[in-house]
Amino acid sequence: MATPLVGYLLVAALLFAIGLAGALTRRNAILVLIGIELMLNAANLNLIAFWRYGPHPEALTGMMFAIFSIAVAAAEAAVGLGLVISIHRHVQTVDLDQITRMKG
Amino acid sequence: MGIAFWLIAAFTIAGALAAVMLRNLVHCALALTVAFAGLAGLFLQLDAQFAGFAQILVYIGAVAILVVFAILLTRSSETPKDGGVFSRTWFTGLAIAAGVFAFIGWALLESQAGLPHEAAVPIATVQMIGSALMGRYVLPLEIVALLLTAALIGAVIVARHEKEGTE
Repeated sequence: MATPLVGYLLVAALLFAIGLAGALTRRNAILVLIGIELMLNAANLNLIAFWRYGPHPEALTGMMFAIFSIAVAAAEAAVGLGLVISIHRHVQTVDLDQITRMKG
Repeated sequence: MGIAFWLIAAFTIAGALAAVMLRNLVHCALALTVAFAGLAGLFLQLDAQFAGFAQILVYIGAVAILVVFAILLTRSSETPKDGGVFSRTWFTGLAIAAGVFAFIGWALLESQAGLPHEAAVPIATVQMIGSALMGRYVLPLEIVALLLTAALIGAVIVARHEKEGTE
């Protein structure tokens, strides 16, 4: 491996692909949210890695972006899981293959 | 690129793979916690101590617990009787994910020469982060505070139990 940055970026790319595969293939809505969280985390890893090896780390831009992204991801997780619980209360399932009410 | 990086990276990837592939949802949540802990380790490896500890606090401390609560509250529908845990269109999803990874990996390995090399350890004390948050980033900080309040109230309203006719 030539530079450490490439290693971190490859790990982040693999995490993103795993999260995308989870979000696209699982039937349970909570597992889809878990996949989305993994993708967000992969993006955070990219931000921190570019901050660490970028030209101006003292400006703290990448670090700040990652911290704000963590805060927004926390809000997203709370609302997403609240929606899943609400859907479960209405249709008694979180199986995405069975929730087809929005097909119109 | 020490041995520590590869160990933590393997740990993280294994946790993430287990989180999206296991059948039992509670096991998935535990594997997700392992992946989050590995990511926090990677942040610490990158000399981003504050982000690493924020990751531990927010993800392992809050998001993982929320996921466990959601799994337990929706437990009645767990383990579908008909067939597996993957949706009918799983092959398309897997192909899209593999394609995305192949494209990102190809782009990375192609542009490898242009990426910056070994850099000096950056100094990012909590004091610097605090004064940046209170100075240059004060508007985003306030907006995040507003967003978190709105998300808190919104999540409670969305998940609240409401009976028809009784309000």
